[in-house]
Amino acid sequence: MVIGLGHYLTVAGVLFTLGILGIFLNRKNVIVILMCVELMLLAVNINLVAFSAYQGNIVGQIFAMLVLTVAAAEAAIGLAILVVYFRNRGSVEVEDINAMKG
Amino acid sequence: MLLQAIAFYVFAAVTVASGTMVVVSRNPVYSVLFLILAFFNAAALFVLIGAEFIAMILVIVYVGAVAVLFLFVVMMLDINMSKLKEGFLDYLPIGAMIGAALLAEILFGLGVWGSGASDTVQAFNSAGIPPAAIDNTRAIGQVLYTQYFYLFQVSGLVLLVAMIGAIVLTLRNRPGVRRQRVSDQLYRSKEETMTVVKVPSREGV
Repeated sequence: MVIGLGHYLTVAGVLFTLGILGIFLNRKNVIVILMCVELMLLAVNINLVAFSAYQGNIVGQIFAMLVLTVAAAEAAIGLAILVVYFRNRGSVEVEDINAMKG
Repeated sequence: MLLQAIAFYVFAAVTVASGTMVVVSRNPVYSVLFLILAFFNAAALFVLIGAEFIAMILVIVYVGAVAVLFLFVVMMLDINMSKLKEGFLDYLPIGAMIGAALLAEILFGLGVWGSGASDTVQAFNSAGIPPAAIDNTRAIGQVLYTQYFYLFQVSGLVLLVAMIGAIVLTLRNRPGVRRQRVSDQLYRSKEETMTVVKVPSREGV
């Protein structure tokens, strides 16, 4: 029973799909949508690291670190925007976020 | 080898299950906790594949920083939970449809890639992970600080910008709060704050 590259890619694909599904299902709560984005980035990282390990090339892991950095920055900025929004409007429902509707 | 397979299946199953719980959980706090579990198990998968450094970074960055940040925000915002979950079932059919289509596409692509490029895959698998002449952390360091030094610096810059942005966004200037302003106090001069009044005798001010 050899665990190959395909196993890891399958896990990553399932996780990515779960992230997409979460964005579609949680149409009300912005925090859960942000968490689903994190889940999708985790799936991308699993892909990168799996390819890196199975090709014997370390660059994929470097790139995974960069993705991690960007994900952390995105979470910080997104949550800050969320806090400011909640302070101003008193709600984080997606349907209330329409101030910039053209 | 069998032990490795068992470990892989356990970690992968827990990762996928906790990812599902992130999506369907009713309470955002539980969602965050399941997200932490998912990250822990993904880190275990990374250890299994031989990327220890990324695994540790994942635990430190995500469990130590990002998840705690999420937890703080979820607990700080006073959200009406029951109202937030109202439309869950309305979006279930279309969401499940799109999710199933996407998953089928990904698995189909994976299958085509696996069958079409079988010799290269075999090459990767037989070559496998290169013999551990140097450990993972040392290999990353040797490349990261030389060849990808500018990318490393830029990622630091991204974090700095994110930090400043988050601080600027959440900084609140409340009107009507009386604070001590030390610099104003120090820059007062005698001329603008004090006047000498000559009071005539027996008349008062």
